Amino acid sequence: MTTTVVPARAPWSAVVRKGQHLTITDLGGNQAVDCLLYDAHDTAVRYSAPDTIHAQGNIFLTTGSVLLSNEHTPLMTVVEDTCGRHDTVGGACSKESNTLRYGHHTWSQHACVENFLAEGAKHGLGKRDLVSNINWYMNVPVEEDGTLGIVDGISAPGLKVVLRAETDVLVLVSNCPQINNPCNGFDPTPVEMTITEDVCA
Amino acid sequence: MATGTTHGARDHARAQEGSRAEAMPILPARDWPTPPPGIAPDRVIWAETVAGGNYTHKALARGAELRLTDLAGDACAHVLLYADGRPWERLNAADTVKVLWNAYLGEGHLLLADQGRVLASVIADTSGRHDALCGTSTAVRNTARYGDGSPQGPSPAGRELLKLAALKNGLEPRDLPPSVSFFQGVRVVADGKLEFTGSAGPGAAVTLRAEQPLTVLIANVPHPVDPRPEYVSTPLEVLAWHAGPTAPGDPLWEATPEGRRAFLNTADHLAARGIR
Repeated sequence: MTTTVVPARAPWSAVVRKGQHLTITDLGGNQAVDCLLYDAHDTAVRYSAPDTIHAQGNIFLTTGSVLLSNEHTPLMTVVEDTCGRHDTVGGACSKESNTLRYGHHTWSQHACVENFLAEGAKHGLGKRDLVSNINWYMNVPVEEDGTLGIVDGISAPGLKVVLRAETDVLVLVSNCPQINNPCNGFDPTPVEMTITEDVCA
Repeated sequence: MATGTTHGARDHARAQEGSRAEAMPILPARDWPTPPPGIAPDRVIWAETVAGGNYTHKALARGAELRLTDLAGDACAHVLLYADGRPWERLNAADTVKVLWNAYLGEGHLLLADQGRVLASVIADTSGRHDALCGTSTAVRNTARYGDGSPQGPSPAGRELLKLAALKNGLEPRDLPPSVSFFQGVRVVADGKLEFTGSAGPGAAVTLRAEQPLTVLIANVPHPVDPRPEYVSTPLEVLAWHAGPTAPGDPLWEATPEGRRAFLNTADHLAARGIR
């Protein structure tokens, strides 16, 4: 078992081998964890939000959700979720999109795309390898007229989500630094990443 | 016609000129018989009918307007956009719905790049049945649903066709982000469930305006959550003409504060590159 506490605002990555479990614990509560998955042996095969959504017929992720690749193959499965639901529609924050969402005064603020780029580069990934991601613990409802937005979270300190790797998966994470909306309760906090062997094997 | 000799084969090949197919490009595009009202024929730059289960692609100038028409009611245009020659700047479906606070595409929606800029704006829409959440189909899913998903088979997958369109533009499979689709609707209902609302019927059209020089990839294949057991995909009409980009003073420029800043970022970026 390996456990790492990812500091607030920081990136993290690891290869989770087939059969291993990754537990993501929201230590402080309502902390968005932006997450991308890649086939560790062929990073052109990577998490696909739309495949995951259309296969399960639902935009929210929770226990039982199979996280599919862009080739519609399983990368990981959510085997436990004590929060209830997670987002995969809203994507990552960036310095660039922050200028649209809030204004150009936010330009100097850190953002998830910065984390994805810096951490992804360690694995040979670049800008062209970033796609729509998962946002663990982020609450993004869609109204009847299509209005969608990041609202106050439903997570709390100690809640966790457990993922089982269905193949060898490179997991790329940004512990979200956003301070302009409620995705981190306006106060980014650390999260804990634990990799364990398959206890059911 | 004898094709046993080079001369015979040449005559045989040349005799095919003038043949017509239901789905084909028309060249020169100005020969398209029915240009849109108010558009002089010599402004038409792309005129094509795309077969069901097929694809097309084009580099388009800033200010071009691109009209897609669902001729028979069962087209579904899966679209990807890139800043032409700068493939790291491309359609971001997540930003497109998040930044504009709406999951549904329609008139006035902006198709945003992942650089805080606009790639294209939706300037007209008679369908209202579109989708920015479900992406396109894959070989694996089409094989499970229809028995085949290969480009050469009877039920090509959108991703397989978009790969071909991408490769012809110097792009690679890793350059394919989630796509958006037009003419087959999906809504989000209670508890996040998806509801397929299908087509608005024959003749529905949507018009996009290129706000940057673009590479456009289009696959015309069934929507991935189309519940019908058969692979139903009918022709898509594609027509584009030179017009002009959205400018300050256009109601679209000021429609939302997020959109205004996206247009500002786009104008700032293009001005620095010397593109008007």
